[in-house]
Amino acid sequence: MENFKADIAIIGAGGAGLRAAIAAAQRDPALKIALISKVYPMRSHTVAAEGGAAGVIGKDDSLDNHFRDTVSGGDWLCDQDVVEFFVEQTTRELIGLEHWGCPWSRLPSGEVCVRKFGGMTVPRTWFAADKSGFHILHTLYQTSTQFANIRRFDEHFVIDLIEADGRIQGLVAFDLQNGVFRTILAKAVIMATGGAAQVYSFTTNATIVTGDGMAHAYRHGVPLRDMEFVQYHPTGLPGCGLLITEAARGEGGILVNKDGYRYLQDYGLGPETPVGEPQNRTMELGPRDRLSQAFWHEQKKGRTIETPLGHVVHLDLRHLGKSRLDERLPQICDLARSYAGVDPAAAPIPVRPVVHYTMGGIETDIHTATRKPGLYAAGECASVGLHGANRLGSNSLAEILVFGHVAGDEASKFAASVPDFNDAVLGDIANAIVAGISQKFESSAGSADDSIAAIRREMGDSMEENVGIYREEAGIRRAIDKLRELKQRYRDLKLHDTTGRVFSFELTHLLELGYMLDVAECMAHSALNRRESRGSHQRLEADCCQRDDKMFLKHSLAFMGDNGPTIQYSDVSITTYPPAKRAYGAEEKQLQQQGANV
Amino acid sequence: MNPKIIKFSVMRYRPETDDKPHFEDFEVPFIHESSILDGLNYIRDNLAPDLSYRSSCRMAVCGSCSMMINGVPKLACKTFIRDYVKAGIITLEPLENFPIERDLVVDISDMIEKIESVKPYIVPANDLPDDKPNHQTPQQLEKYRQFAQCINCGCCYAACPQYKLHPEFIGPAALTLMYRYNHDNRDGAAQKRIASESREFGVWGCTSVGHCTNVCPKLADPAAAVQLDKQDSAFDYVKHFLSRRKKD
Repeated sequence: MENFKADIAIIGAGGAGLRAAIAAAQRDPALKIALISKVYPMRSHTVAAEGGAAGVIGKDDSLDNHFRDTVSGGDWLCDQDVVEFFVEQTTRELIGLEHWGCPWSRLPSGEVCVRKFGGMTVPRTWFAADKSGFHILHTLYQTSTQFANIRRFDEHFVIDLIEADGRIQGLVAFDLQNGVFRTILAKAVIMATGGAAQVYSFTTNATIVTGDGMAHAYRHGVPLRDMEFVQYHPTGLPGCGLLITEAARGEGGILVNKDGYRYLQDYGLGPETPVGEPQNRTMELGPRDRLSQAFWHEQKKGRTIETPLGHVVHLDLRHLGKSRLDERLPQICDLARSYAGVDPAAAPIPVRPVVHYTMGGIETDIHTATRKPGLYAAGECASVGLHGANRLGSNSLAEILVFGHVAGDEASKFAASVPDFNDAVLGDIANAIVAGISQKFESSAGSADDSIAAIRREMGDSMEENVGIYREEAGIRRAIDKLRELKQRYRDLKLHDTTGRVFSFELTHLLELGYMLDVAECMAHSALNRRESRGSHQRLEADCCQRDDKMFLKHSLAFMGDNGPTIQYSDVSITTYPPAKRAYGAEEKQLQQQGANV
Repeated sequence: MNPKIIKFSVMRYRPETDDKPHFEDFEVPFIHESSILDGLNYIRDNLAPDLSYRSSCRMAVCGSCSMMINGVPKLACKTFIRDYVKAGIITLEPLENFPIERDLVVDISDMIEKIESVKPYIVPANDLPDDKPNHQTPQQLEKYRQFAQCINCGCCYAACPQYKLHPEFIGPAALTLMYRYNHDNRDGAAQKRIASESREFGVWGCTSVGHCTNVCPKLADPAAAVQLDKQDSAFDYVKHFLSRRKKD
C-alpha cells in the first residue's frame, strides 16, 4: 500500500474543497495539502449550479437585508451568528472569484450585474449567465493549479477515515485508475463531499452526490444535523429531473396550472404580479419550499397537467423573448430543447418539484470544526447552521466559498497544533481498513437474487413516497422499516466482478449505497421525531401541521446507534431577529404595516 | 408508453484478465427521452453490473461521459437513442486517442496535464484591493466568453488527427483555454503564454483540419481559438523581430 503524508487532507474537490485548498495554500506555501476526489475536480456537482451566488453589492441593499431574508427563508432555524458572519464575508469572496477570472455577467458600464432570486428582498445574485456553478468551479480549479503545494488525488474513492487518540488523522482511499488502496495521513481532514440527494429517486443532482462524507463523519461519532430538511426545487424537468434554474423566474418567468392560472396567488404568495414584472418575495419569487408545497396542493386538487412522465405545471418564459433568453438563460433553453423537446421561446416548459438540496449535514461550529478533533466540514455536506429549514437560492454557491475558505484556514491552524504522526499505530489502523474492504474482492461472486440497483431503487422510491414534500408518521415508519430491510439485504450483497480492480465502479457504487442507506435513515428518523411543520419539513397530521417554536426551535442531531440513529436536539443561536411569522407577498407587507402601526 | 428495443454493442476490456478489447451486445429498451447514458445505466443495472463507464451530471456540463458513439466522439448523456433508430445499432467505444483503462474508461491524464500547463489562471494586470472588482464591459467579456465554455470532456482530442499522429501536440482544449486567458482584460501574462507555446507542438502543431470544432459539444469552437492563437504567436514574432532590429 502506498502512503502519503499531508498536513491537511481535503475530501472532495468541488467548490468548497477547492476553495479550502486555495485558502490553505495561500496561507502557507510550506503546507502539504492533499486534495482527494472520487472524480476529477471539474466533474464535481458544483458544475451543475445555474442561477448564481448571493452577495450584497447594490446601494439599495444592506447586510441586514440579506441576513433577514436568510433567517426568515430558513423559518428561523438558522444560527443567526453564522448568518451574520456569512453575509459579511460573501461579497468579498465573490470579488475574489472575480479577480481570479470568473466571467460574471456585466452591466454595460463594466460593473458586475445582479439578478432577482426567490425569497430575497433586493436583487443580489451574482451570475455568469445560467452557468454560474460551471464558471465558479472551473475558475477555482484553474486557479488552484498554480499552487505547487496542492497535491491532487483525482479519482480516489475514500473508504474510511483513520481515527486514533480521539482525533481524525487521515484516510484510506481506493485509487480507481491503479486499482490499489492508498493511505493518506493528515493532521486535519476537511469534508467537502457535497450533498446526498441521490437517496431520492427523482433528483436534480448528479449521480455522484451520494452523501459519502456525511456517512463517514456519522460513523465516526459526529452527528448529522437537521437531516429532515430536504429541499424540493419547484422546477425540474419531468422524467430526468434536470434543473430549470430559479433565475428563469428571477428574469420574469411565470408558473401556471392546467387552466393557465397563476396558482401561487392561492398560497399566500400573491397578489398576482403583472407578467414580465417580477417582484421580490412575491408569487414566482417566493421561496422554494412554499412553491413546491403549492404544487403538491395543486396536484391534489387535480389542477396539474398529466403527462406520460408524471404531473407537471408550466413555466412560461415566452414573454422574455428570444434575445433575452439567449443572453441570460442559454443553458436551460438548451436543456429544455434536448431533454423535454420544448423551445422556451415558443412554448412553456413542463416542470415539477424535484429533490435538490440537503439543508442538513455534518454538524459543525461557525469555524467549520466538527465535535471530532481534526475533522472539519464545509459546503453542502456540512450543517454550519446557515440554511435552517429551507435554503434560499444562491446562498449555497456563496456558502461553499465563505466556509470553504474558513475550513482551509482553520484546518491549517489545527494541523500546526498537533504532534507528529505515530506511523506504526496509524499504519495498523489503515491495514485493518484495507483488510476489511479487500474481503469484497475475495468473497464469492454475487448472485442474481439481489443487486445494488434494486436496493438503490427501492430506497429512492420509498424516500420519495414517504419522506417527500409532505410527510406523516405512518409513511415515515414505512420508510424506516423499508430502510432496515434494505440494510439487511445490503449486508449480503457481493461483487459480481471480484477480479477486476482497475476502475471497479461496481465497488464504489456498492460503498456509495451503504453511505446512502445511513444518510436516508438519518433523514427518516429526524423527520419522524420532528412533530411540527417548518420550512421544507411539512407534516400532515393535525397536531403537527404548524410551526411549534416551544418544542422545536431546535436543531435535530442524528447520532449513530446500534439499531439506526438516535435523535437528540441542540439549541439554535438567535441574536437579533426573534422568531416571527414567515410571510411573503401582500401578507408580509400587511404585517410590516401592522408592525409599523404598533 | 411501450418502450422499443435497440441493440447496443459495447466495447469491453478488463486489464487484469483480457489480452485485448472485445465487443459485447445488449438489447436495450428505450423511450423518446432516453439518452445513450440511460441505455448504459440500463445495461449496468440489469445485464452487466461490472460494466465501467464514467458519468455524473446527466446534463452535458461535467464532461465525464465522452465516448465514441458509432465512431464519433460525443457525450453519452446528451446523445439520444431516438437518433439511432435508423442506424439500428449503437456501437460504443472508449474515446479515441486515449489509452483504454477498462471498458469505456480511458486515461485522460495527458490532456489534463496539458490543460494545466498553459497557466490557466489570471496573472493580475493591475493590483486591486480585495474589495474592488475589476471593470469588464460586456464587449470585453465577449472577447473570451465562448472560449471559456470548455468542459474538458476530451472530444476534441479524440477528433484531432494531429494529436493522433503526434501525442506531444498540446491539443485543442489547452490552446482554447490559453486564448481565453490571454484575451481577458484582467490578465497580464499573455506574452509569457504565447512565448512558451510558440513552438512546433504548441500552437504551430495544429494543421487546421477543424474536426475539434465539429465535435465540441459546448460550441466552444476550439479551431477558431487555435487560429487566433497562431495570429497572436505570429504578431509576437514580428514584434520581437522588429524590436531586435531596432537594437541592432
